[in-house]
Amino acid sequence: MKIIGFIISIATGSLLIYAAADFPAWSDPASPASTYLSPHFIEKTIEETSVPNIVTAVLADYRGFDTMFETTVIFSAGVVCYLLLRTSRRKEPETRYYRHILTGVTIELKEGYKIPPSTDFERIDSLWTPPDLIIRTVCRLLIPFIQLFALYVIAHGHHSPGGGFQGGVILGASIILFAISFDLRAAISRMSEKLVAVLCAVGVLIYACTGGLCLLFGRNFLDYGALAELLGVDAVTARSHGILIVEIGVGIAVMATMIWVYNNVSSAGKYEQGL
Amino acid sequence: MIWQIDLAILTLVVITAGGALMVKDLLGAAILFGAYSFMMCALWSIMGAVDVAFTEASVGAGVSAVFFVAAVFRTTRRTKD
Repeated sequence: MKIIGFIISIATGSLLIYAAADFPAWSDPASPASTYLSPHFIEKTIEETSVPNIVTAVLADYRGFDTMFETTVIFSAGVVCYLLLRTSRRKEPETRYYRHILTGVTIELKEGYKIPPSTDFERIDSLWTPPDLIIRTVCRLLIPFIQLFALYVIAHGHHSPGGGFQGGVILGASIILFAISFDLRAAISRMSEKLVAVLCAVGVLIYACTGGLCLLFGRNFLDYGALAELLGVDAVTARSHGILIVEIGVGIAVMATMIWVYNNVSSAGKYEQGL
Repeated sequence: MIWQIDLAILTLVVITAGGALMVKDLLGAAILFGAYSFMMCALWSIMGAVDVAFTEASVGAGVSAVFFVAAVFRTTRRTKD
């Protein structure tokens, strides 16, 4: 079986390399894309959208429909991860463990008993290990800066490399770092499962609603020039602002999906003990 | 484009990609995949596609490596084949 797989991959690989020889050479000025498409974007982008970073303008404006469904793909990845892994309403384990935060005393509760509601106790699992002081302190210091950088990447996507996808991933990674350095329960108590799921959908909705709003103003779907009256700017600046709105939507959706996928994968859908 | 750097990175891409497929330890495979993503990121930035390089660095080398480690942690560490 292994040999057959090896032969197939070698055959398709060499076929691909053979076919790749037919491509126009790297940065060939006579290739079809370089004759009319790229010059248009290079020359007209700043005129039409006032966005210096051509990649962002192409991604979120000229090719906005494509990016909307890319965001939908990310959203569905999160939903599928949830549907496959999440175990619904398992019955509570017979013995539960609570830790008194101030003294570190752990108490074991048999089924049917409860502790009085108080913030001094935290629920822990049987495999609980005390969080490491160094890791905890370093992560506590780093996470705000990571989040600030993520917001910068989202907001500054017009002028420098970056945008909604990258910023959203970095924002999600900061929460994942928190979940790793503390534990999953602490992360979920700050960002509940419901909130993550709602944010995931809200991000995609922001994108789609921006497009829908352009339709209401009598222009094409995702033609942000239509928002000029609403934003009180001229049509060219409106396209730049429209890109920002859409990037924020993408950022929210991607951030929530990353956290959602991590929560489900690292706890095998039980939402108890993380990584 | 400096061909020496290009050659070194391309060699590392092939080595890490092959290693990620060959290695029996899945945690090692996840880490090799992260290294592969990082090398691809360097390759993208050499070619001038900085946006793609940024995505590759954050998604490929960052978050997906964490997902792989989480998945390995919840399943088994050794492959059957």
